[in-house]
Amino acid sequence: MKNIRNFCIIAHIDHGKSTLADRLLDLTHTIGERDKKEQVLDSMDLERERGITIKSHAIQMVYKTDDGVDYLFNLIDTPGHVDFSYEVSRSIAACEGALLIVDATQGIQAQTISNLYLAIDHNLEIIPVLNKMDLEAAMPEDVKDQIVDLIGCDRDDIIETSGKTGFGVERILEAIVERVPAPSGDPKAPLQALIFDSVYNSYRGIIAYFRIFNGTIRKNDFVKFVATGREYNADEIGVLCMGLQPRETMEAGDVGYIISGIKSSKEVKVGDTITHVDNPCGEMISGFENVKPMVFAGIYPVDADDYEELRNSMEKLQLNDASLTFEPESSAALGFGFRCGFLGLLHMEIVQERLDREFDMDVITTVPNVNYKAYTTKGEVIDVHNPSGMPGPNILEHVEEPMIQAHIISKSEYVGAIMNLCIDRRGELQNQVYLTSDRVEVSFMLPLAEIVFDFYDKLKSISRGYASFDYHITGYQPAKLVRLDILLNGEPVDALSTLIHHDNAYTFGRRMCEKLRELIPRQQFDVAIQAAIGAKIIARETVKALRKDVTAKCYGGDISRKRKLLEKQKKGKKRMRQVGNVEVPQSAFLAVLKLDS
Amino acid sequence: MAGLYIHIPYCRQKCHYCNFYSLASRKYRELLPEALQQEMILQKDYLTGETLHTIYIGGGTPTVYPPQVIAEIILAATKQFKTDARAEINIEANPDDLLPDYLHQLRKTPVNRLSIGIQSFHDDDLHYLNRNHSAANAYQAIRNALAAGFDNLNVDLIYGIPGLTDKKWGENIKTVLDFHIPHISAYALTVEPGTALDKLINKKKLPPVEEQQAADQFVMLMEMMAAAGYEHYEISNFCKPGQYARHNTSYWQGISYLGIGPSAHAFDGRSRQWNVSNLEAWLQGIRSHKPAFEREILSPAQQLNEYVMTSLRTMWGTDLQTIQSRFGAGFRQMVLQQAASFQKQGLVFINEDIITLTQRGKLFADGIAAELFVEDSEKTLPE
Ligand SMILES: Nc1nc2c(ncn2[C@@H]2O[C@H](COP(=O)(O)OP(=O)(O)OP(=O)(O)O)[C@@H](O)[C@H]2O)c(=O)[nH]1
Ligand code: SF4
Ligand SMILES: [Mg+2]
Repeated sequence: MKNIRNFCIIAHIDHGKSTLADRLLDLTHTIGERDKKEQVLDSMDLERERGITIKSHAIQMVYKTDDGVDYLFNLIDTPGHVDFSYEVSRSIAACEGALLIVDATQGIQAQTISNLYLAIDHNLEIIPVLNKMDLEAAMPEDVKDQIVDLIGCDRDDIIETSGKTGFGVERILEAIVERVPAPSGDPKAPLQALIFDSVYNSYRGIIAYFRIFNGTIRKNDFVKFVATGREYNADEIGVLCMGLQPRETMEAGDVGYIISGIKSSKEVKVGDTITHVDNPCGEMISGFENVKPMVFAGIYPVDADDYEELRNSMEKLQLNDASLTFEPESSAALGFGFRCGFLGLLHMEIVQERLDREFDMDVITTVPNVNYKAYTTKGEVIDVHNPSGMPGPNILEHVEEPMIQAHIISKSEYVGAIMNLCIDRRGELQNQVYLTSDRVEVSFMLPLAEIVFDFYDKLKSISRGYASFDYHITGYQPAKLVRLDILLNGEPVDALSTLIHHDNAYTFGRRMCEKLRELIPRQQFDVAIQAAIGAKIIARETVKALRKDVTAKCYGGDISRKRKLLEKQKKGKKRMRQVGNVEVPQSAFLAVLKLDS
Repeated sequence: MAGLYIHIPYCRQKCHYCNFYSLASRKYRELLPEALQQEMILQKDYLTGETLHTIYIGGGTPTVYPPQVIAEIILAATKQFKTDARAEINIEANPDDLLPDYLHQLRKTPVNRLSIGIQSFHDDDLHYLNRNHSAANAYQAIRNALAAGFDNLNVDLIYGIPGLTDKKWGENIKTVLDFHIPHISAYALTVEPGTALDKLINKKKLPPVEEQQAADQFVMLMEMMAAAGYEHYEISNFCKPGQYARHNTSYWQGISYLGIGPSAHAFDGRSRQWNVSNLEAWLQGIRSHKPAFEREILSPAQQLNEYVMTSLRTMWGTDLQTIQSRFGAGFRQMVLQQAASFQKQGLVFINEDIITLTQRGKLFADGIAAELFVEDSEKTLPE
């Protein structure tokens, strides 16, 4: 056990975690020449395309020191985007150390701080790493000042590296051996292993990833998952290399996987403890808190017949994504679907995209909203995840909306613009600290509803990409909300309704109508788009009827091209939903996210 | 039964709306006729010995060549391909070329049908379109053609041109009717992406095309042609009873055809192929005896979709029995079910297994065809 090191890589988004992980894997010859590629741990197509990490990835490597001693490293690469910080927190629970990567050209950013605190809370040994030293714009001295200030380490403890050139990477490996404590724990004690992740593999079924804190597990042991109370035969256990590598026994300190004929996603709870049926441990490992969704939206199959298939797909997806929650709901416009909880909009987008790619499920996502608390005259408190769930005005006492505290770090020259943005979003300034002479951290109290949509994009653009942002929920506050309905040819479309602050309703309604006019294709009759609060129409647009839809020429050379065009058009149409007599494309249900201002 | 299309890729000037492969230069003009004949030799087995019922020389502007050259090309074709004695041999022509002497000589060639690109009898429209002829040329060309004895004539017209009022459009139609032209093709002006017209409209140098105007003028056209006793046998084609353009009609009936010349298309019932749209690359291919073309094999659903798309545009309509015998009862049922919903909306008639467009349906033929399209199921896909 003394030769094992379990550590994760944490940082702000894009500071180079996955690239640095590549170099560590290179130096330890973990990956064959044939399998090499950039950010090799980002194995999902979506991650590769977007160049970001979405899921944590664990991998084992063997590091030989100069003295010829072999060390077993279990590395977990984590995502940097705010939406996925829960991935970081669960990875941290399986480790004794963390590499805190800081981009030398950008310095400390909001998620550097929030992820660092997560690691400190779990008593991890922090190894600060100054990355991207190959870049001209690197400011090593300034950034070192910031790091020393933040974690109170020695200046010399900070390792300078470049994930690109490989500079300094050897020193990281040495530091891991020297500074990260070996796991403690007793291999002879009753088994106590923490489930920190689970994945679904279409060949192998459900695979749970664990970290053993005490005891020993052998292949074919009879084990129990404490929280769910379910018992299994450990059909296969092993370690996570570039693939799965089976082992006969594993013991305290080890990180690995178990395949045990788990049937349904509900049986595996990330944070659960695995122990032996015969010789159970006294208590569960205190895991980490269940993640709470921040935004809710309906997901409906484009083809209403696919409802059951959608349920299956969502269940499988949930295995890879413990933070996704859903429950059945129905809509007059869209039929049967699910109300889903997401960590943020990026998360929502990714779920939709993964449903499409991995499960070939074509879905409609409805307008997202946050969770409101409705107080009724009878003294009840109702959680409202959906505009249609809002109690009627006759019994509604008042509504409260979730509030967040936001920390924004930026160059001082952009502070004015950032403040304006926050105030526009009903924010209240709480604090402003100069981190250095030209870097400022501002803290705002803001309604969550105001930041979930496009706040982050706006923030990035007004600060030319310099501002970074982190937030956490602080509680609820009364809010003046109204329900804004959208009517198509006079018929309200429940899936397009939103709950919105009274002061924003008019502008919002107008912009919504304008956007829908762009998104709804012309049909054989005029389509009236109206926004209404109660019975009052506050905005209106018309999609003019199509007068003519016929190609002039259809001769020898035109036929093939024309057929392809029409086939494509038909495909597009299949992705539309008939609402009343109007054909509404998938994209229109998310119009709210595309409003330009 | 088969057709032969020969593409002449030259024009004296490019029309703004043109998206055909044609060059306003003389490059390789001397080499082309010989190369066309070469390609006929290289492709002589494409039609598997079927007899040609139609030869269509199009472009571009075939009349950039003197009648003797045209005659040589036709002669070469009849040498390579068995040709029916009464075959329709058509040539496209632009008014500026149709002088009495030229027509007189053309009359002596096997050409027996003439299709003239008139487009409009108004100078301002011709100017908007950047045509190379004047309104006066247009009238004169028709007179000359009739005088030379070309009575199997087609005239092309364009409507929906900004500036073409309904009154002027009515005059254009009336002019061709007064000449007793047996066949008229009338096209809605279409702004194809990437054309000069597209760019000029985007840059606001030319006024945009209005859909409502085109729709109204299409209706006008249908009414006037019906009143004059013409058959509306395809969306853009009208003729005196029975005088259908045989070559073009064969495109809508799934008859095989071979295309010769750059950008020309060919079809053999199951696959389509098209020559490169590049004169040099095409010539190079002929020289090296490796014609440069791309080919696409049609799946059953694609064949059905093409059948629906083309047949629906004609007065003969889409025959559900043909669908059943060629593609099976499953597809027939799918097409019928969709068609029934259009019938309710008054867009199609379904009569004894034949689906045809109503007058209103003709304005929405594309959307209707798209909805009638089917997709391949796994079992219909070729291995
Ligand atoms: N010049 C230079 N570029 C680097 C270095 N490390 C990473 N990059 C680039 O920075 C970008 C982000 O790198 P990643 O490794 O994907 O960053 P990450 O921290 O894993 O990002 P997330 O997982 O999405 O938070 C990529 O374009 C890398 O090529 C470095 O040391 N030098
Ligand atoms: S005459 Fe025909 S081919 Fe030539 S430029 Fe005009 S439209 Fe194009
Ligand atoms: Mg990454």
